[in-house]
Amino acid sequence: MIVVSSLSTRAGAFTLDDISFTVKSREYAVLMGRTGCGKTTLLEAICGLKPVARGRIELDGVDVTQKKAAERGIGYVPQDLALFSTMTVREHLALALRVRRWEKAAIEGRVAELAELLGIAHLLPRRPAGLSGGEQQRVALGRALSFRPRVLMMDEPLSALDDETRQQMYSVLKNAQRHEHVTTLHVTHNVEEAGKLADRVLKMEGGRVVS
Amino acid sequence: MSDPLSNSSGAPHRVGSDRLFYWALGILSGVYVFLIVAMLIADATYTTPGTLVDSLKSEKIQYAIWLSLISCTITTILSLWVAVPIGYLMSRVEFRGKAIVDAILDIPIVLPPLVVGLSLLILFKLQPSAWLREHVVFEIPAVIIAQFMVACAFAVRTMRATFDHISPRREQVALTLGCTRGQAFFAVVLPEAKRGMVTAGTLAWARSLGEFGPILVFAGSTRLHTEVLPTTVFLELQAGNLHGAIAVSLIMVFAAVAVLVLARAAGVRNWGIG
Repeated sequence: MIVVSSLSTRAGAFTLDDISFTVKSREYAVLMGRTGCGKTTLLEAICGLKPVARGRIELDGVDVTQKKAAERGIGYVPQDLALFSTMTVREHLALALRVRRWEKAAIEGRVAELAELLGIAHLLPRRPAGLSGGEQQRVALGRALSFRPRVLMMDEPLSALDDETRQQMYSVLKNAQRHEHVTTLHVTHNVEEAGKLADRVLKMEGGRVVS
Repeated sequence: MSDPLSNSSGAPHRVGSDRLFYWALGILSGVYVFLIVAMLIADATYTTPGTLVDSLKSEKIQYAIWLSLISCTITTILSLWVAVPIGYLMSRVEFRGKAIVDAILDIPIVLPPLVVGLSLLILFKLQPSAWLREHVVFEIPAVIIAQFMVACAFAVRTMRATFDHISPRREQVALTLGCTRGQAFFAVVLPEAKRGMVTAGTLAWARSLGEFGPILVFAGSTRLHTEVLPTTVFLELQAGNLHGAIAVSLIMVFAAVAVLVLARAAGVRNWGIG
């Protein structure tokens, strides 16, 4: 469960003030709003990548407002995906597990499980360069889910995809969310995306988040 | 409304040829490229292979070659050790006084080389570094320090440009995956900066090889002691041995071209200076 209460944050000249909303456990929430209304800033603040001026962020009942990004347990898929150009797909999926010092066999098992779930087993030895948009999306999603986070945050993850790939990704995202039981906050301004994926739609209007 | 295909007097708008523009570009570029090639051909044709071989047999020149190769390599390693953290810090971290630090980092690039040497000489006359003077000044460490002071500034600039081109978003994702800042740096950023490090190292090496002014002032020009290849060229010219000077210059030309070819082979296209 994600509970954001009276959150205020700042990014340069841009400020978000007194934002409050809740996403229930295992719910797939889609946050909609016009470009430039602060959706990305809000997501980054929840992930711990932007300092919070005021307010509180709780994940599954734990106050994480002052915790480092690394300690929040949030899987994050940024808009530009930010794949690591020098790593193979396998290394992308294993990184979070390596820093958590998982056993080698457990890492291999988890990588295989994710690769099968996302249909990227044949891409494991490859690097991101040369992968299609949809394949890159799946890798970024797998990387974010690798360490079994309690919360998944996605910032316009499908915005760069063609229509056909986007349709395929709807079922990939839904499947992954059901399989991993992860509470999801998906940011988009695409109405169709919200209709296909959302258990609940949140809207960002006039600096407020409304259901 | 006016016709977009007509000029102000109603006549059709005629577009002139671009040929003159490209000719002007071609001539200006051609003159400079010709000068570079002509310079190298002049060096190569002024001396004979025999003179070159004789020069290479000279004990003094062999010493200068080895000292140059070893000191440049040490300088390059030291420069990278310093340039990578400074470049990363300047690229990623905002702090009070950053603009001043940035300007200070450029000083060795804009300072006249002789002044760098003189400043180092004076620095080692003052406390607390004065006690090191007899081990450093006019000794081999002075060669490396003089090379390092200038070469490192170029490496820092290159590394900063390299880190500026790597999106901080990748580190942010690594942080959300559970990495510390250090783990994100070593696992994600540093491997992506590899090409920039090759460029910075190559630039530092080539810059050190040609360094002369600060070495002359700070390390002196003692034969078989602090003599590097540029010093040899200077000493041979002083002695009126033009052929010897050219032979040594050609050795440096070969080394510089080899470095350039190696860097190109490593995929370096943009030296990141600016």
